[in-house]
Amino acid sequence: MKIKFVDQAFKRATTVMALSVVALVVLLVFSMACRSMPAIRKFGWHFLFTGTWDPVKEVFGALPFIFGTVVSSALALLIAVPVSLGIAVYLAELAPSYIKQPLSFLIELLAAIPSVVYGLWGIFALAPFLRGSIQPFLSKYFGFLPIFQGEFYGVGMLTAGIILSIMIIPTISSISREVFLAVPFSQREAALALGATRWEAIRLAVLGYARPGVMGAVILGLGRALGETMAVTMVIGNRPEISASLFAPSYTMASVIANEFTEATGNLYLSALVEIGLILFFVTLVVNIIARALVWKVSGKVKGEIRE
Amino acid sequence: MKKLLWLIIAVSAVSFMAGTASAEKLLLINGAGATFPYPLYSKWFYEYAKVDEGVNFNYQSIGSGGGIRQILAQTVDFGASDGPMTDEQLKQAPGELLHIPMTAGAVVVTYNLPKMSKVLRFSPDVVADIFLGRIKKWNDPRIAKDNPGVNLPGGNIIVAHRSDGSGTTNIFTDYLSSVSDDWKTRVGKGTSVNWPVGLGGKGNEGVAGLVKQSEGAIGYVELAYAVKNNLPASDIKNKSGNFITPSIESTTAAVNGKANSMPSDFRVSLVNPDGADAYPISGLTWILVYKNQPDKVKGKKIVEFLRWAETDGQKYSTDLLYAPLPESIVKQVQEKLKQINY
Repeated sequence: MKIKFVDQAFKRATTVMALSVVALVVLLVFSMACRSMPAIRKFGWHFLFTGTWDPVKEVFGALPFIFGTVVSSALALLIAVPVSLGIAVYLAELAPSYIKQPLSFLIELLAAIPSVVYGLWGIFALAPFLRGSIQPFLSKYFGFLPIFQGEFYGVGMLTAGIILSIMIIPTISSISREVFLAVPFSQREAALALGATRWEAIRLAVLGYARPGVMGAVILGLGRALGETMAVTMVIGNRPEISASLFAPSYTMASVIANEFTEATGNLYLSALVEIGLILFFVTLVVNIIARALVWKVSGKVKGEIRE
Repeated sequence: MKKLLWLIIAVSAVSFMAGTASAEKLLLINGAGATFPYPLYSKWFYEYAKVDEGVNFNYQSIGSGGGIRQILAQTVDFGASDGPMTDEQLKQAPGELLHIPMTAGAVVVTYNLPKMSKVLRFSPDVVADIFLGRIKKWNDPRIAKDNPGVNLPGGNIIVAHRSDGSGTTNIFTDYLSSVSDDWKTRVGKGTSVNWPVGLGGKGNEGVAGLVKQSEGAIGYVELAYAVKNNLPASDIKNKSGNFITPSIESTTAAVNGKANSMPSDFRVSLVNPDGADAYPISGLTWILVYKNQPDKVKGKKIVEFLRWAETDGQKYSTDLLYAPLPESIVKQVQEKLKQINY
């Protein structure tokens, strides 16, 4: 009798806790929508598709910020995913044990560095280095591509993408490593027994099996990249403009909120900033849904592969 | 389980008793607002605790915008702002709000030209056109005209500005609006503006970082920040036609230049003042208090503190690189403080 009661109570308690997340999200969206009403009423859908951000004349448009957030995060993934997978494969499959421990520790240490430190490092070390060596090189040999054209300042979209990729590499690589380690040993043995080389065994048995888990790791990394504020603000150049060149300064949604919220006094100005928060929420949601859908699609395929 | 419960009860009881005990001794006065004067305010609160042991000031430097919102909502006992409140904002207030000027600060134009041994000089219209993106090269004839005998490099000018909303930007754009009609109509003044050109850095350190890292860059930072970090600070031509080096003295001279034309509510912009030695890019920072104080005891303590800060307190400004208010202004403020009812 008593045990049943405890069981029931436990179930109820955890249900309430789980539901509180839903309630929290609903409240969050509701309060942001309420606070951004003046801007929504004034600008409507134009807010999403116009690029002027003028706090003095109270004309606001979010497009450059949406562009900056999406592109900087995509760039970060482009750099971080291959590197992280390499790290994870090496740590899980290839590294001798005396390297494994210290290296894993170092990677987890990277994840613990506060973002403001990354930002300061970005502005005082990475940006001058990029401006002095990498950007002239890219501009000289790949300058025919529109993404490597124009004047370079050191800070800008490219720098932000690199900083973000460094920040999400620990997340993606350490989770991927756990996922690889969780792949049953029999998978590898089976592949090797069929005459596969080391690389083929890793590619077929480990990477294939672990794909949904790796996707999860990438989504977590992407989440961090989309929401990262401090480090990006310090190196992106904070200019609300859309430019094809990765050298050009840009701006993200999280950055503009962090930059301008404390000193925003006008009602319309404040509500425009809150609306940017709302858009950031929905962009994150949409990106996550797309990524989830990809995982479902891919994981379905993987199951088939393994069984056959 | 029971043990844990008792522990929680005991701890909260003890902390509750400790809380009430200290509350009996100390009156807590809460304020919030501008970040720019925060170092000076904390010094004042620390020193004032020795003058009056019965009162404890707590100040949150959340930004001028937050300070104005909180004093309007009456969640704090005083607010603080680097920019005066607008008429519209004052209308939202439940009672009459007074602006009490506390200290003044200056904004300097800094740059990165490594081979330059002489300090650069700028006319107001040249500064405006650089930040408008019209003057693009360092060897532009208009810059050369202000700097005879200086060998200017031919590189591009990279403009750096604050990306975060700030009182520093407000003073700087206020200045540009007052000296350039084009700036006034195209950009205007505010804590954040739509910059025609340039890169944005977060905070004084962000702008200084951008300037230091890029040869040919120009930006603006607080005087205190420039002095502490040994940044070059250009001389700016003032209303009287003299090129003035930014300093505490020339900032105080700027405040003095407004003494005769000071409006009774002190909501005044300091930029481009009269006075042969006045540095033209400076601004006041204010504490915001209600004329009719809702709390008798707190109101009395706030007025006593403000009176002390205007007189004895001013001597702490110079060390922290704020410009003390001149006698002429302090007298007017003292008169104003008499109007506060409690």
